[in-house]
Amino acid sequence: MKPKTKTVKISIIGFGYVGAGVAEVIRRKREDIARKYGLDLKIAGIADLSGIFVDEDGLDEAELLKLKTGEKKWERPDDMTTLDLIRDVEHDVMVETTPTNVITGEPGLTHIITALESGRHVVTSNKGPLALEYSRLTNLAAKQGTELKFEASVGGAMPILSLVRENLAGNGVLSIQGILNGTCNYILTRMAEEGLPYEHVLKEAQELGLAEADPSKDVEGVDTAVKLVILANAVFGMNATYKDVEVAGITSITSDALQLAEEAGYVIKLIGEVNTEGGLKVRPRLVPKHDPLNVSGTLNVATIKTDLAGDITVIGKGAGPVEAASAILADIISIYV
Amino acid sequence: MKISMDIELKDIPGQLVLALKPVSGLGGNILSVLHQRDKKTPAGRIPVELVIEIAETRLERLVEQLEEQGVSVVRTGEVRLRESMVVLLIGHIVHSDLGETIDSIDSTGFAEIVGLSLSMPGVDKESSASVTLSAIGKKELDEALKILERTASKKDITVIPPI
Repeated sequence: MKPKTKTVKISIIGFGYVGAGVAEVIRRKREDIARKYGLDLKIAGIADLSGIFVDEDGLDEAELLKLKTGEKKWERPDDMTTLDLIRDVEHDVMVETTPTNVITGEPGLTHIITALESGRHVVTSNKGPLALEYSRLTNLAAKQGTELKFEASVGGAMPILSLVRENLAGNGVLSIQGILNGTCNYILTRMAEEGLPYEHVLKEAQELGLAEADPSKDVEGVDTAVKLVILANAVFGMNATYKDVEVAGITSITSDALQLAEEAGYVIKLIGEVNTEGGLKVRPRLVPKHDPLNVSGTLNVATIKTDLAGDITVIGKGAGPVEAASAILADIISIYV
Repeated sequence: MKISMDIELKDIPGQLVLALKPVSGLGGNILSVLHQRDKKTPAGRIPVELVIEIAETRLERLVEQLEEQGVSVVRTGEVRLRESMVVLLIGHIVHSDLGETIDSIDSTGFAEIVGLSLSMPGVDKESSASVTLSAIGKKELDEALKILERTASKKDITVIPPI
């Protein structure tokens, strides 16, 4: 007998490339998800700086995606703000995909608090609120009896939080070391392979859309540090914030240094490390060429050292709209399955 | 030659000075003294680990003198550097007194810089170096890295350690 299908209504707050990616994967996977998990995913509303669309019976994803190509114009109802949507439009899961702000956490922080207070589950890729107010948000979710999930915030498509929490349950995690920023990995890989100077490769990464016009968050290690804080809190139960991380970026790395590393049998990678001794560090490290942490291009990787299972290494795409949406989709499904 | 030596002292004041005197008396150099006051041998004596630099021909004489003072010499051996790691440095390495940076490690007695490969692109530009650190044990190697990092940070040199 086929199980009864449950309708799950979703809002997407922040319709940038990740938010639109979520609409895209829901459109692509709707039938699969209904068949395999008995869930009928419907987008009840989306909000962005540019406007708001709401339909409690479900918006058409293909129409929404036209907003990204310019074929459809944004509209803004006079009587509804983003917070009104989160509070008042009936839905089950708020997907928060606004840009990360590591100083204030806003606007994501207010969105998440409002959604949890309204009894909605939250799935987010936004690192700022988690890095700043982790315990406050998880406590609020626990009090409300709702779920707060954030696999997409660390390592994009690469599963790490659920891997540790579910598949490695019962293991003590001793340390996690990893490459958590694809932009830095791309730059270091290209510099090493082509012997090109940092500035040149940075420009190339910007032209390819792999680095932002202001690349400081990536190349100075801020993004890696924020992800490390999320790991420290979610996996190690620390109550860490960004300020607890010792951070150095890749801006001082020279092609000469990469050449010397190569001659000694190493590559240079920007490695984030958290361990049970409480140290949170982001800095360039020498990685032996044959170590599993030596992945190239924009890939992310993490080695989890555990007391029972030994070392486990996961590799995956750290960025990209569909890749991030993959982690968000898995989080949504896991709330109900 | 560099010698590591395990000695045992009587548990009364002034014994350590008594033990160290003959080393300088024979023209030797004390590189490190690990004095574990809280540890005792079953016979109630205090174990001390010394690393010294002394002429090979004088080592026997030193052991004799120590024994004459009532210091028992449990073990002597040439210091072997068993652990090593490669570390990269980036910055004005040469102009910020490379000799001093190397010295900060070599003077510990338990670690040395045993390899150095330098790349200098131009007079005003930052240079890079790969440095091989060796030490008598893992703990000592970590300590040597810390010393190198402290010295380097004063000189605005970036240190890239292995994972």
